[in-house]
Amino acid sequence: MFSFCTDPSVLEQAQWFACYLTTATHMAFYRAFGVVILLLAVTAPAALAMGMLGALALRSRLAPVNMIGRGYVNLVRGVPDIVFFLFVPIALGQGIEWVMHHINCPDWDQPIRQGNDFVVCREAKVPPVGASAWVRNVYAFSMAVIAFALVFGAFVANTLYGAMQAVPRAQVETAEAYGMTRGQAFRRIVLPQMWVYALPGLSNIWQILIKATPLLFLLGIQDVVYWARELGGAKTSLFAYPHPDWRVWYFLVLLLFYLFLTWGSERIFGALNRRLARGQATAQGERQRRAEA
Amino acid sequence: MKKLTLSLAALALSGTAALAQDVVRMGTEGLYPPFNFINDATGQLDGFEIELGNILCERAGFTCEWVQNDWDTIIPNLVSGNYDTIIAGMSITDARREVISFTDAYKRASPSAYMALAGTDESVIDSGVIAAQSNTVQAGLVADTNATLLEFPTPDDTISAVLNGEADAVLADREFLVPFVNDSGGDLVFIGEAVTPGDGIGMGIRQSDNALREAFNAAIAEVKADGTLNELLTKWFGPDEPLF
Repeated sequence: MFSFCTDPSVLEQAQWFACYLTTATHMAFYRAFGVVILLLAVTAPAALAMGMLGALALRSRLAPVNMIGRGYVNLVRGVPDIVFFLFVPIALGQGIEWVMHHINCPDWDQPIRQGNDFVVCREAKVPPVGASAWVRNVYAFSMAVIAFALVFGAFVANTLYGAMQAVPRAQVETAEAYGMTRGQAFRRIVLPQMWVYALPGLSNIWQILIKATPLLFLLGIQDVVYWARELGGAKTSLFAYPHPDWRVWYFLVLLLFYLFLTWGSERIFGALNRRLARGQATAQGERQRRAEA
Repeated sequence: MKKLTLSLAALALSGTAALAQDVVRMGTEGLYPPFNFINDATGQLDGFEIELGNILCERAGFTCEWVQNDWDTIIPNLVSGNYDTIIAGMSITDARREVISFTDAYKRASPSAYMALAGTDESVIDSGVIAAQSNTVQAGLVADTNATLLEFPTPDDTISAVLNGEADAVLADREFLVPFVNDSGGDLVFIGEAVTPGDGIGMGIRQSDNALREAFNAAIAEVKADGTLNELLTKWFGPDEPLF
């Protein structure tokens, strides 16, 4: 990074730290914070969409759809997250390769499972043989997003379903009196009003999602926890920058990062809540109305 | 008979020819200097096995890609096909042979040693608390003694456990511990006798991947014969390392 970094062993303390904190490994550590933010930015809408589908399924009057919704929500909520995070990428990855194998190599005569080994033909490999490192990273990252969206979608589904039920019945009745169909009443009346009821639950799930991001590490993605552990661990003189066990400092940085993230989002949710409560038939909406009157 | 041998040879040749363009994905841990670690100046994998692996790939005509994986899941991810080899200081043992296969050893069985804080009595080896990395031969060795085994997921954690008093000593590959003893200025010492587990260190390969194993065995035999391997061993492990 800096020109004076060529021989770290002779540096003054300040310079040593300037060099140490800008090594290639530290740069990867800083990028990992971006990966966490990116994961949140992608996963939150995905989980919300998944949850909306789940909630609609829960509300559905069609028995099979309703059963799928209930099955999904109860199954996912009933299994520890960590099991799901380990299960989904492996099952999904092997499932995709299994399907590709049957499409691309119909003449393959060897079994796919040979003892412990999971063997598919070259053409069925996902990502394909010879794919570049970034393709593999994107693939691993997408697996993580799917696992997160599946797990958190189930919680979101239940929250949204509850919020839809919480919209006062009188509102829907009025809509019906105006001659709206069930679908129209849902889109025009229930959907816009439910958010104020959903928000506290959603903000809870969001906070839990933020705190669950270190699970990325389990999926083999080199996230902030991986780097904190790797960089903080004692380094012997084999390394250019030997130091004792500094993990406590690295984890302190992570602690502050997560605290900042949750604190910031708490404020945003607060503002959102005030905005959505406006004109609503809730205690908070009523308070706002009186204050303005 | 001659025809048969010829056609077999042709078959074998065509087999390797098909392999030659292959990308072989090499799985390693990246946390175990000097075997494999991340060079803090470049941010890339470095170490004895990285250098050796690249040479072996060159000799065998493969294009190699390195993949880093957690130690605890390094075997499951090999058998499910996330990469094609394990080259991570893995001792060849019978227990592992049941799940994966190994190439010939590229490093002689390395002695494992107990490292403890200076002044620790040797009796802890039989009656104390001994730290070891989980799923290693050392963890198996400790489990066979009367000492209490304390397992950790990374090698770094085992060292910290000794430094903060959680464990009386750590059992690990001697080569891995040597820099810690040297850097400690006398605070850390080796205690007891070194033990030598396993049949040496080799590359782990899926049991069904016979062609790949044979290709790497041939390459390993080649670097053993021309002295390249010995040079590397001396470079990374010092002059005391037993050579081939």
